[in-house]
Amino acid sequence: MGVKQFKGEALSWEVQGGIVELALHRQPCNELGSLSLLELETFASALDGIEKEAHALVIYSTMKSGFCAGADLRELYERSQAMEKSDAARGVRDFLERIHRVLNRIDAAPLTTIAAVHGVTFGGGFELALVCDLIIADKMARFCFPELRLGLIPGFGGIPRLKRDLGNAVVRDLLLTGRSFNATKAQQIGLVSQVVAEGEALRAARATAAQIGKFDRQTARTAKQFIKPIPQDELRREIDIFCELFSRPAVQAGLKKFVESTDAQPYLP
Amino acid sequence: METAERTLEEILALAAAHFKVPREKLSPDEDFFKALGIDSLQTLDLLTKLENHFRVELPDYELQGVTDFRTLAAKIQARL
Repeated sequence: MGVKQFKGEALSWEVQGGIVELALHRQPCNELGSLSLLELETFASALDGIEKEAHALVIYSTMKSGFCAGADLRELYERSQAMEKSDAARGVRDFLERIHRVLNRIDAAPLTTIAAVHGVTFGGGFELALVCDLIIADKMARFCFPELRLGLIPGFGGIPRLKRDLGNAVVRDLLLTGRSFNATKAQQIGLVSQVVAEGEALRAARATAAQIGKFDRQTARTAKQFIKPIPQDELRREIDIFCELFSRPAVQAGLKKFVESTDAQPYLP
Repeated sequence: METAERTLEEILALAAAHFKVPREKLSPDEDFFKALGIDSLQTLDLLTKLENHFRVELPDYELQGVTDFRTLAAKIQARL
């Protein structure tokens, strides 16, 4: 049975006119921690029913600063500090497996999925956008995998999904430099399908979703399954590599520096 | 080809307009974090504005240690 409407603390959704709109609204920039994960799991559970009534999913953010700044590093650091090392490692693996289940579910959804992004779309936020079939960005959107700055790699499926969509040279550039790039560049490399004026991403996504609704759903589902494989083995391997790296002292030092920074520039490399 | 001075002036004007600060309150050599009252997330917004305006790509690691408009302008100028 689908849940057509939900209002949570970190996110909400509504099904109207065959389109599911999933709004992210956790201050300050939709950082993905335990609360967001729980509510994303609620959404993933509701998808079975929602999919019978909808043809498209639009994911967007109501936060001014951007789509999603990534994992909740503050929560990650504080929780890992409060535990024995082995418990922290187990906790991280559990979190990753749970978020992968959610993102894999959205990735494989028979709906056509659209991420309408603006501002900061970093780390886990970038990974959330990458599970979608299309990314529509306003011209102030900025994309980044900053994980290397913390001694980590993306852990929410970013590497296998980026490899699925882009050439290896671009993937290496993003991962190894940790630099951010804007929507124009994202479109040039084939990541973003449309770049629109500031504040217009959701409107453009709705128009695109309405267009998609004109086509036969079974055909669209079949086409999507054919052209969008889920890189299962690589996704599992990414979790293993992330967990191996997380145990290193350099990571704790990097997290501590980020969380305790009074620097004006913690989001800059 | 933009001159360095013109680039600097355009950056000051863009920053003032985007962050709604009077242009006359900004000077080329002052700390733009303080002058604009912005944090690093907002600095990325400024970077995007500048990249779009000048049609350049400026890796954000080139902003490491950059805190004044004049140095920022030199970084942009080097990409024109």
